[in-house]
Amino acid sequence: MNLEFSSEDLAFRDEVRSFIAQNYPESLRGKQDEGDDLAKEDYLAWHKVLAKKGWVAPSWPKEWGGTGWTSTQKYIFSEETARADALPVLPFGVAMVAPVIYTFGTQAQKDRFLPKIYNGEEWWCQGYSEPGAGSDLANVKTKAERITGDDGKEYYLVNGQKTWTTLAQYADWGFFLVRTDPDAKIQSGISFLLIDMKSPGIEVRPIITMDGGHEVNEVWLDNVKVPVENRVFEENKGWTCAKFLLAHERSGIAGVARSKRGVERVREMATTELGDDGAPLIQDPAFKRKVAELEIDLTALEFTELRTLASESAGKGPGPESSLLKIKGTEIQQRLTELALEAAGHYGAPYFRGFPQDGDNMHPIGPDYAHRTAPNYFNTRKTSIYGGSNEIQRNIIAKMVLGL
Amino acid sequence: MDFNFTEEQSMLRDTVTSFLQDRYAFDQRQKMIGSEAGRDPAIWASFANELGILGAPFSEEMGGLGGGAIENMIVMEEFGKALVVEPYIGTVVIGGGFLKHSAYAGAADVIGGIIEGKVIIAFAYAEPQGRYTWSDLKTTAKKDGAGWVLNGHKAVVVGAPWATHLIVTARTGGGQRDADGVSVFIVDKSAKGVVTRDYPTVDGQRASEVYFENVAVGADALIGDEGKALPLVNKVIDEATAATCAEAVGAMRKLHEGTLDYARQRKQFGVPIASFQVLQHRMVDMFMNVEQAVSMTYMANIKVDDDAERAKAVSAAKVQIGKACKFVGQNAIQIHGGMGMTDELAIGHYFKRATMIEGLFGSVDHHLRRYEGLSFGKAA
Repeated sequence: MNLEFSSEDLAFRDEVRSFIAQNYPESLRGKQDEGDDLAKEDYLAWHKVLAKKGWVAPSWPKEWGGTGWTSTQKYIFSEETARADALPVLPFGVAMVAPVIYTFGTQAQKDRFLPKIYNGEEWWCQGYSEPGAGSDLANVKTKAERITGDDGKEYYLVNGQKTWTTLAQYADWGFFLVRTDPDAKIQSGISFLLIDMKSPGIEVRPIITMDGGHEVNEVWLDNVKVPVENRVFEENKGWTCAKFLLAHERSGIAGVARSKRGVERVREMATTELGDDGAPLIQDPAFKRKVAELEIDLTALEFTELRTLASESAGKGPGPESSLLKIKGTEIQQRLTELALEAAGHYGAPYFRGFPQDGDNMHPIGPDYAHRTAPNYFNTRKTSIYGGSNEIQRNIIAKMVLGL
Repeated sequence: MDFNFTEEQSMLRDTVTSFLQDRYAFDQRQKMIGSEAGRDPAIWASFANELGILGAPFSEEMGGLGGGAIENMIVMEEFGKALVVEPYIGTVVIGGGFLKHSAYAGAADVIGGIIEGKVIIAFAYAEPQGRYTWSDLKTTAKKDGAGWVLNGHKAVVVGAPWATHLIVTARTGGGQRDADGVSVFIVDKSAKGVVTRDYPTVDGQRASEVYFENVAVGADALIGDEGKALPLVNKVIDEATAATCAEAVGAMRKLHEGTLDYARQRKQFGVPIASFQVLQHRMVDMFMNVEQAVSMTYMANIKVDDDAERAKAVSAAKVQIGKACKFVGQNAIQIHGGMGMTDELAIGHYFKRATMIEGLFGSVDHHLRRYEGLSFGKAA
């Protein structure tokens, strides 16, 4: 049992910390502080800085740009980026499709796709969920039939609909689960296709969420022709890729470092905000108690994650225990947004999206930190739904961990 | 013991229900709140002229229907079911409350205007620093000849963009948080020096930051006793809270019903998700939350006229309602899955309104503390 970082680890931490301090894009910092909606370039700005430094994909194999860091170093890196409120690197390319490609893909696929993912030249989206299939992910209805094109080449003709596709409005490419064998059992007969989002027959339709944001989309596929060489792994064996990817999606979902920063932010807010008795809200016994309970739960999660990390470094991959991290991590994220909204008091109510910026600084509408509290609260309800709902995660623990 | 509604009360409910079904369906509502004004004034005109409900809690001598808190409760529960944004609480419950409970000389005229739908009132009481302590006032009213001059800033005044009049709490004496020295004024919104900054709220209402910049009003603007109005303010806010509990009940009934319907239709793994026991128990817990909230809302509205019991009853109800809004709302979204997150479905809009009601007129913590003070003898 030992919690101390080695002197090398501490030196690494200082290096990461000073790199972020010196290189994080100012313009992005400003937009994040104001709670503005981010444009495509904003999402990529930090990605490109990290890519140049060689730090954008620490977990990849070294030949493709991985850093070869130890688990501890990766942990330190994610702690430091969260601590600095750095925008997370979008997962769809770097953390989701890339591991599938370097694990299951052909050499040609690796050469074609990995460098552009690394450099942020191509934006990826995930074509998994369908209108009838949320947590029941294997229930794929989108079908792909083999055809021979006019050019004599082999294609898949893809028809169907995907939904909840995050940031597809910006995507150059998407990875899709499609049904290539309609007669097979539900988890067989699925293939994993890489589809050019500019292909004829693809239509991306926005879904506006209740917080007013445009983050997710429907993706409609109408006779979309996909070259057969864009299939990853064997035909009808796509579920292997899907399962592999889901395991990757779950590790890191605890979001401990970001939640720690979230606790700090709530504490800062509650130091400025006044309670019923006119003293800072953070001194209000009822509010303080809730923050304390949250901190304690977060500490428990942190140490559970560290234990998982330790067993990962000992060679065991992330198992079904990662469901625990997902459940507790998302519950904590949600409670944080509840506390922030509560701390904002009356000023949780004003809605700023699309509100005309008339530059009237004489008559402000509440403090800046209050502006996003309600939309964040509403939006964060998604975390216990996506990535396998928390009910599904509990089923996984019941079956896979407890053997019930 | 009788929890039945009178024939008149049942008729009132039916009238409101069928009007809202006809004129305030969800898509109609979305169109209205998305318009520039954020509402359709024809709805309010119909409340006044077709339905006559703006007189529900006023005596017949004043031109009203002769009802009280129970009538407000009935109207607001139906409003909660349809997510009505019209300023009934500000105008009828709060404005009406101040006018009824004080010896305000102009009361009959203003009430007449309310019943006709011509007077709309917004209540400017909260301040940026005050949280839920209604005596915490930086807004001042200073004697100026026979009248008064108001200065200060009121936070998130719901319905102010639509109001003809503002009812304002201001300090005429004492220190910033003292119980003594609180006074109430009615101010024409078009008065010189009233500056508003209007905005939508996250739950589809409209509100304003209201700044009073040397606003001169006459002696006749004062409602209640100079410097002694805090008990009146507390009474009226309690009445508004009791009515808001009813609105929450309406919204929660829809959250629960909508969730049951969805769970019966939505299939995963080849079966309706309503067949999963874990979700059945969740929906049972939602049901129990709604039923307990209904009970507490009845209790609070029955006791709200009794000054000895009012505060404790209302705070108890608001605690129950605040907790229920969170539980029922969050689980309605969870059971709807991704669909619950969309702006397209009504369910998210009920959730947003229920969430805002959690903090309206005091959070769960605030009302728990007030209840503790009243019940355990410690100063609240």
